[in-house]
Amino acid sequence: MWCWKPGAEMELTQLSLYDQAVLLFAAAILFTSFIMLAQARIVPMIHTFAWQGALLAATTALVAYVTEHPHLYISAVMTFLLKALLIPWMLHRLAVRLKIHREMEKLSYPSMTLLAGAALVVFSYYVALPIIHLSALVTRNTIAISIAVVLLGMLLMIVRNKAISQVIGFMSIENGLFYSAVVSTYGMPMVVELGIAFDVLVAAILFGVFFFQMRDSIDSLDVDRLNRLKEADDSSLRAPEKLP
Amino acid sequence: MTALWLMLLIPLTGVVLLAFIGHHRHAGWVNIILSSLSLASSLWLAVHVLANGPYLSPSRMMYIDAFNVYLVTLTALVGLTTAIFSRPYMQHEVEARKIGKRRMRLYHSMYQGFMFAMQAALTTNNVGILWVAMEGATLTTVLLVSLYRTPEAVEAAWKYFILCGVGIAQALFGTVLLYFAAARVIPSPDDALLWNVLYGAATQLDPTVLTLAFVFLLVGYGTKVGLVPLHNWLPDAHSEGPTPMSAILSGLLLNVALYALVRVKMLVDGSLHSNLAGHLMMGFGLLSFMVAGFFLHRQRDIKRMFSYSSIEHMGLMTFAFGIGGPLATFGALLHMTVHSLTKSAIFVTVGHAAQIAGTQSIEKIRGLIRTQPTVGWGLLIGTVAIAGFPPFGVFTSEFLVLTATMKSWPWLTVPLLVGLGVAFAGLFRHLHPMVYGEAPEGQVRVSANMIPVMVQLAFVLWLGIAIPEFLSKWFEQATVLISGSSPL
Repeated sequence: MWCWKPGAEMELTQLSLYDQAVLLFAAAILFTSFIMLAQARIVPMIHTFAWQGALLAATTALVAYVTEHPHLYISAVMTFLLKALLIPWMLHRLAVRLKIHREMEKLSYPSMTLLAGAALVVFSYYVALPIIHLSALVTRNTIAISIAVVLLGMLLMIVRNKAISQVIGFMSIENGLFYSAVVSTYGMPMVVELGIAFDVLVAAILFGVFFFQMRDSIDSLDVDRLNRLKEADDSSLRAPEKLP
Repeated sequence: MTALWLMLLIPLTGVVLLAFIGHHRHAGWVNIILSSLSLASSLWLAVHVLANGPYLSPSRMMYIDAFNVYLVTLTALVGLTTAIFSRPYMQHEVEARKIGKRRMRLYHSMYQGFMFAMQAALTTNNVGILWVAMEGATLTTVLLVSLYRTPEAVEAAWKYFILCGVGIAQALFGTVLLYFAAARVIPSPDDALLWNVLYGAATQLDPTVLTLAFVFLLVGYGTKVGLVPLHNWLPDAHSEGPTPMSAILSGLLLNVALYALVRVKMLVDGSLHSNLAGHLMMGFGLLSFMVAGFFLHRQRDIKRMFSYSSIEHMGLMTFAFGIGGPLATFGALLHMTVHSLTKSAIFVTVGHAAQIAGTQSIEKIRGLIRTQPTVGWGLLIGTVAIAGFPPFGVFTSEFLVLTATMKSWPWLTVPLLVGLGVAFAGLFRHLHPMVYGEAPEGQVRVSANMIPVMVQLAFVLWLGIAIPEFLSKWFEQATVLISGSSPL
């Protein structure tokens, strides 16, 4: 892992212990994103998501401890409760209630997906270059990683067709964003963070409501089945019951 | 200031109150009363700001200047007229589609919730809270889009949720980057996301980071504005939800998202000393304008058709704000106003038309003028107004935008005029048979209150013929704020 300071590429061992720990956590968070991308089973995927939340909370607490930003402790606790416990628990319960917890999702092109994910990480480093040059913070690499986590979350939403996997992708994008705020600016102002946490919580509840609405209306949780609305209407596709 | 707090507290009270009594027969009236109280307090606020200049609340949580105060008033006004329309409309829907008590409670409570989110987004002084409120607006309306629980409605709501959610996540990343740039020059971290502080420090913000932040914010809030190619959620959400939702989504939500974008642009312009932000907005705006105009022709659902017209007009406004000079900005502000008034009036009329015909399919809506002349004429006049015919206000604002384009980008007037022509043709080829065609047998009138529609269209007409003194002063102040110089 390189430190992106122009002209001074340090060895990993020369970094302070704190930097090494932050980089380790960053790598672990990125790794969980890749696991989610490759995981076909619903329940282990939820567990991986919970681990990502826990790692995020740990990073936040570490940054709070070393940089002496006490308000980050509150964020860390909030993240742990919300992202590592509450939301995974809700998703798990929904999966059991909807009887999809034993299902395997059919992954199309799993190795291609992982290669695309690796490409996205490289791309994130490229996007982050101008910011990394600017940053006076110890955590330069992590900005690129946070962008990568956001992009991998999007990739997850694109390649999967189960609604629950899409929700996990969505929430992992949120994780990436929160991570970027922690490592680049030591968190957002408290009032904003509370607002964001509230929105995430409400979104998680609404997703649960939607699973039931979807099951009742299209009898499935495959978002591929949501294909009735077209940009320019073809009447033949729009309303099958009206066909002769 | 009392008016400001009242304006936020009234809808918030409404959320709680209507969550309990929203299924009651008179809940529609409660909704109207709450909305009119909101309008009254927003007028009070407007008069105060107009007389005393920009207002910053003591806690620095709220910031009101000429730009947002007029949007606050517009939001409250359209909120009220839509609430008036919603009462008989939803009663009809309860009978026709058998919507249960729980869903009516949800509907009324979330109506006020949406109004709260809009007003909070407009009045807040904090870029982060603005994001929270914009996301809140999605969360309050997403269950309303799926209110009818048909497969189409659930699909539309899911698309709306996912696309707007992911889109607006980009805006959050942009906000983080903005905070990152601001925290380097502003000593106190709690101040670094306040609009009034940011504007003061705009010239010191790092241009590279701000460019990147703007791109993310443009994609994020642009999704909510409905800019092509991020517009996919918009026609679906508009066509499948209940019509009052379409009216306020189109008349208000899109405006507020554009407001957020323009605020960010003002900041980025101060830092960059180039017109990069403007050029990006012009590109996206023009693309949306052209693409939506062509899609208008291929619609079979009346609400989808008018939602493409919304995309087209939002594209034009984005384009005009992108050009940036005082004349274009004045035109864009005027266009925001007349578009909201006209489009919400149209959606109200369309709602009644769909109830008369029993369907939203353009091919099946026929002979409106014979069955119910007020609805037929309302649709005709509304469409004439939105297509940009003189003497309506939309013509005036489009003319201003065209003039401004002619001055700074003469060759772009050609695609603009072509786009206007294409959209005009798209609207009228569908409109004529709906209004004048032979009415099917057995088509009966529905109970409709067309007075708010007429009032709104009269406003649009008035703005087209003569902009009243106080309003032009108001627009002028906002223009000076955004573009830095006066158009007059």
